[in-house]
Amino acid sequence: MRARPAEYELAAPGTLSAVLSLLAQEPGEWLPIAGGTDVMVQYSAGRLPSRKLVSIWNLPELRRIETIGGKIWIGAGCTYADLCDQEIVRREFSLLASAARWTGGIANQNRGTIGGNIVNASPAGDSLPALMVYDADLILVSAKGRRSVSYSDFHTGYRKTRLAPDELVESICLDRRFSGYYAHARKVGARHAQAISKVCFAALGRLADGVVDDVRLAMGSVAPVPLRLSETERLVKGHRIEPELMRLASRTAAAEIRPIDDIRSTARYRAAVAGNLVAEFLERLSVRGRTI
Amino acid sequence: MIEPPQSHTKCEISFQVNGKLVAVRAYPMERLLDVLREELGLTGTKEGCGEGECGSCSVLMDGVLVNSCLVPALQAKGVNITTVEGLAEDERLHALQQAFLDCGGAQCGICTPGMILAALHLLGKKPQPTIEEIREGLSGNLCRCTGYAQIIEAVAEVGRRGIAG
Amino acid sequence: MNTNRIVGKSVPRLEGRGKVTGQALYVDDIVLPGMLFGATVRSRIPRGRITKITFGPGVDWNEFVIVSAKDIPGKNCIALIDDDEPCLADGKVNHPEEPILLLAHPDRRLLPQAVEAVSVEYEPLPAIFSIEESEQHSQIIWGADNVFKSYLIEKGDLDAVWERADYIVEGEYATGAQEQLYIENNGMIAAFDPQQGLTVWGSMQCPYYVHKSLVKLFNLPAERVRVVQTETGGAFGGKEDYPSMIAGHAALLAMKSGRPVKIVYDRMEDMAATTKRHPSRTRHRTAVSKEGKILGGEIEFAIDGGAYETLSPVVLSRGAIHAGGAYYWPSIRIRAKAVATNTPPQGAFRGFGAPQSLFALERHMDRIAQVIQLSPAEIRRRNFIKPGETTTTGQTVTEAINLGKLLDRAMEISDYSAKKERFAKENRNSTRKKGIGLASFLHGAGFTGSGERFLSSVVGVEGCAEGTVRILVSSTEFGQGTNTVLCQIVAEALKVRYEDVSIARPDTQEVPNSGPTVASRTVMVVGKLVQSAALGIQQTLEASGLLGATYSPEEFRAAVRAYVAKNGKLQALARYEQPEDIVWDEQKYRGSAYAAFAWAVYVAEVAVDLTSYSVSVDDFVALQEVGRVLNPVLAKGQIIGGIAQGIGFALYEKVIWQEGRMQNGQMTNYIIPTSADLAPIRVYFEELGNVHGAFGAKGIGELPMDGPAPAVINAVEDALGVPFRSIPLLPEDIFDAVANERERERFSPVAGDRR
Repeated sequence: MRARPAEYELAAPGTLSAVLSLLAQEPGEWLPIAGGTDVMVQYSAGRLPSRKLVSIWNLPELRRIETIGGKIWIGAGCTYADLCDQEIVRREFSLLASAARWTGGIANQNRGTIGGNIVNASPAGDSLPALMVYDADLILVSAKGRRSVSYSDFHTGYRKTRLAPDELVESICLDRRFSGYYAHARKVGARHAQAISKVCFAALGRLADGVVDDVRLAMGSVAPVPLRLSETERLVKGHRIEPELMRLASRTAAAEIRPIDDIRSTARYRAAVAGNLVAEFLERLSVRGRTI
Repeated sequence: MIEPPQSHTKCEISFQVNGKLVAVRAYPMERLLDVLREELGLTGTKEGCGEGECGSCSVLMDGVLVNSCLVPALQAKGVNITTVEGLAEDERLHALQQAFLDCGGAQCGICTPGMILAALHLLGKKPQPTIEEIREGLSGNLCRCTGYAQIIEAVAEVGRRGIAG
Repeated sequence: MNTNRIVGKSVPRLEGRGKVTGQALYVDDIVLPGMLFGATVRSRIPRGRITKITFGPGVDWNEFVIVSAKDIPGKNCIALIDDDEPCLADGKVNHPEEPILLLAHPDRRLLPQAVEAVSVEYEPLPAIFSIEESEQHSQIIWGADNVFKSYLIEKGDLDAVWERADYIVEGEYATGAQEQLYIENNGMIAAFDPQQGLTVWGSMQCPYYVHKSLVKLFNLPAERVRVVQTETGGAFGGKEDYPSMIAGHAALLAMKSGRPVKIVYDRMEDMAATTKRHPSRTRHRTAVSKEGKILGGEIEFAIDGGAYETLSPVVLSRGAIHAGGAYYWPSIRIRAKAVATNTPPQGAFRGFGAPQSLFALERHMDRIAQVIQLSPAEIRRRNFIKPGETTTTGQTVTEAINLGKLLDRAMEISDYSAKKERFAKENRNSTRKKGIGLASFLHGAGFTGSGERFLSSVVGVEGCAEGTVRILVSSTEFGQGTNTVLCQIVAEALKVRYEDVSIARPDTQEVPNSGPTVASRTVMVVGKLVQSAALGIQQTLEASGLLGATYSPEEFRAAVRAYVAKNGKLQALARYEQPEDIVWDEQKYRGSAYAAFAWAVYVAEVAVDLTSYSVSVDDFVALQEVGRVLNPVLAKGQIIGGIAQGIGFALYEKVIWQEGRMQNGQMTNYIIPTSADLAPIRVYFEELGNVHGAFGAKGIGELPMDGPAPAVINAVEDALGVPFRSIPLLPEDIFDAVANERERERFSPVAGDRR
């Protein structure tokens, strides 16, 4: 433990509006901390630049799930465990539920939040590809009001987002229109549990008359931001899934991403695995897609 | 000129530990792990990594398993913490503790408190877990001595016997 | 037939209750009044001269105790085999993380920033980081030639053999560093009293090693240094010699401040700064007949010892002696060397050189099999050593071990042949390639050669006032079952209840030196001495007339009570005496290297997922002959735990080095298997007994470390047809190899010449 607790302030105003007031008064001064599964690791390593933190853990306004009409709002303060516990998430947004089960171990799933995963903006965030393929909208809130940002627009660079210094992510809004899709997710890490992903993949697909009617592919850990594989999607849409298409889609995916060598893996490994995962998905879609 | 960091003051934080109400004076950003070990003298909860990877620091917070090395003290306000010290009733061991003894689930013992709490949490959700469910439920608690086999046996045994022993 | 009441039974772990209730006290659980906390300022460069040390602003240095090499009263070294490793750097550094200064303060939380605020300036010198660089002598960083130690083991007439050979098979194999990753980091508390002397308490395997090094560091008489082991949260060799360093540091701060000082490392520091398994390179050149018999061979075995000698000569010795494995070599030449690099000194890790050389050998046996076109099982079967034959050091195998039968049994349990055939068929149409591989090996228990005689271990057993019996040994418990099994041995020997026997905490003030807790010697060697000493007590009681020739446990307790009440003390000591049949020539490195060998055949079944290139071990069979199983639950726990570490060694655990420093020193980035990663491991024992071990036991602590890596990699080769020769084997490595295969569109030729 390399930090000196005496040097840190942690405010816990207890309500969303009080937190937002604080952020409005001193924008950029206060680092929000929810479950702490990222922030506290940096803190313990003596590598947390912020000395002032504000707790948004367990705020009822952020830790809830609502369905209205054809949409679901998942509060940013929901933990991964909360997501897994919700039947509607398991049933209609299984990619999020899978990601939630893969993020860290049980103890970290009980504290880590989906909002934290989003705002931390690590390209390795396990839930982020799922949010991309579900076309999530983020509701951002500040003392001034709310605004909606499409998640596909949210990342502007490596660990950079459109979140303003006085804003929090309040909720994630998803359309309840993916039940008819075949959903497939896979995380490749160094071991079966509690691993930072080397490649993280979420995919939705739908066949109509044996032809790919819609396909949505997103990947993490293969670029500075979570990436939607638009070129690969364009290649596949409107076609029958055949071995040649799968090979081509594989190569296109491997070329579309921008992986790096880092402490966990190599760029060429990530590219190959990315291609393999896309091929694997298409193969399963061709079989399972029919039965939906 | 760079301002030197300020020294803030401690605050009073009260919560329950193993059924008893406690109040400590701590910095809000002290780790719950250190509050338990140093302020309250409950050294059963261990530090193995300080990064939430090994699970030796696991405790139950309002019945839910968390890594106490990643919980700021202030966020423990008003909660109910269960540590390993809260499991046995005087001389009578908890069923999990007994099973760990019977099956060889503890070798060096340093991962054991966290492991037992993870198992307790699992059994609370799945009273008769399958081997796969046990493997997954304990996958956030690292053990270097046992290779996990006898730990899994111990938890499966409690699943069979029932947690009331 | 087991007529024993206690030995051979899974009695509960002696200190288990404290462990499951959280009451067991590890060093960081202990607080002494007035205690300060200590921290270490370490080198940031691999090699150079220290030119300036500045104590930076923002810290009130008057509040800190500061210790440098100048404060060392005795010799500035960590005494082990030689005295080359400094306790604190004195003007020069030879590896990243080398300790330079020590700081202490009452507030633990101030120390990390204080350490950062000390700035050290250096005049860097060129540094070397690999065995190859060390051999090239571009820089001489240790001694005259960078070689800590070398050995030559020769048997038979090797030079004559090459002409006769039908095949000469060559191969080079490598293993990486491996971090012990005990879940409890290194820690020590020291207190210094000008009259009483120095006391240290902490996490350790060898109290008397720490004692010896403190005596030298402080120039104190032996009786003014006291070393006490606290409950130790895992060790695996990683706390064999390193504790002497951290104890020395805590003690220096305690001496200077006049207050107790605790130093406990956090994970990042422990990983970066402390010892690891020696990386190795082994080259084989083997002459084989067309019938598949080994005629002879040359083995070059090199290990990277890091910047200082520490235990490298002994790791080298064991690795070299085990390099020929469980086979009969009519002739052999083993050239072994331990070389220096500018990395933190390496040290002991379960297996201690044998996992390295046996990995190479067992991979090489599969290679020979391919060249000659025999199966992996058959090549081994034809070369297994038999009773009456001699090992590479000329030791005659005297016990009735039948390795062919052991192999048969392991193959049967694992369904080896049927699976191998089935996998070969099914692999053609699968993206999940399965394979099965085996390894056959041995592990010598106890110190090598004259090592046990040199240790001259002493144990004591005493009677207590309330009638119970207490064992006095410096052998430590760190999860492997020392306390339990030694008490079982005494209870069995004396025919009393397990509950009537206790064991003293290893405290150099209270217990004799029964040697270090290493080398799989505790149950076998120390256990046998303890058995002797126990019988000594029984004889004393009989001679005194207080005990009959037969008696009940109650009668025994009454006799002890009466004796102690009357005479004040009831104690028997036993000292190790080398059996006459163990004769060793230290100069020629020939003779009986170990009092006993345990033997094993392991079979690993793997699946390689060609989508992610990851390997999973789907089934593992571990069959071993261990003399006698004294506690089935504990023995099984040792085997499974060791296999888990061996699988980690093979597939997961990579130390990433940059300029001599470990870059991935966090549990997030240094990967060991979780409970979700290991398939069931099936463990089977055979028992041939052992005249040199307590109740026939052989040492088993390290045996399970030797087999898993080669068995797994042999299985991966079976699955993919690609010969991997170095570990750890990560998915990225498999991808690189498989991608190359695809590009070349054929398998690489097996590099063995047919003559």
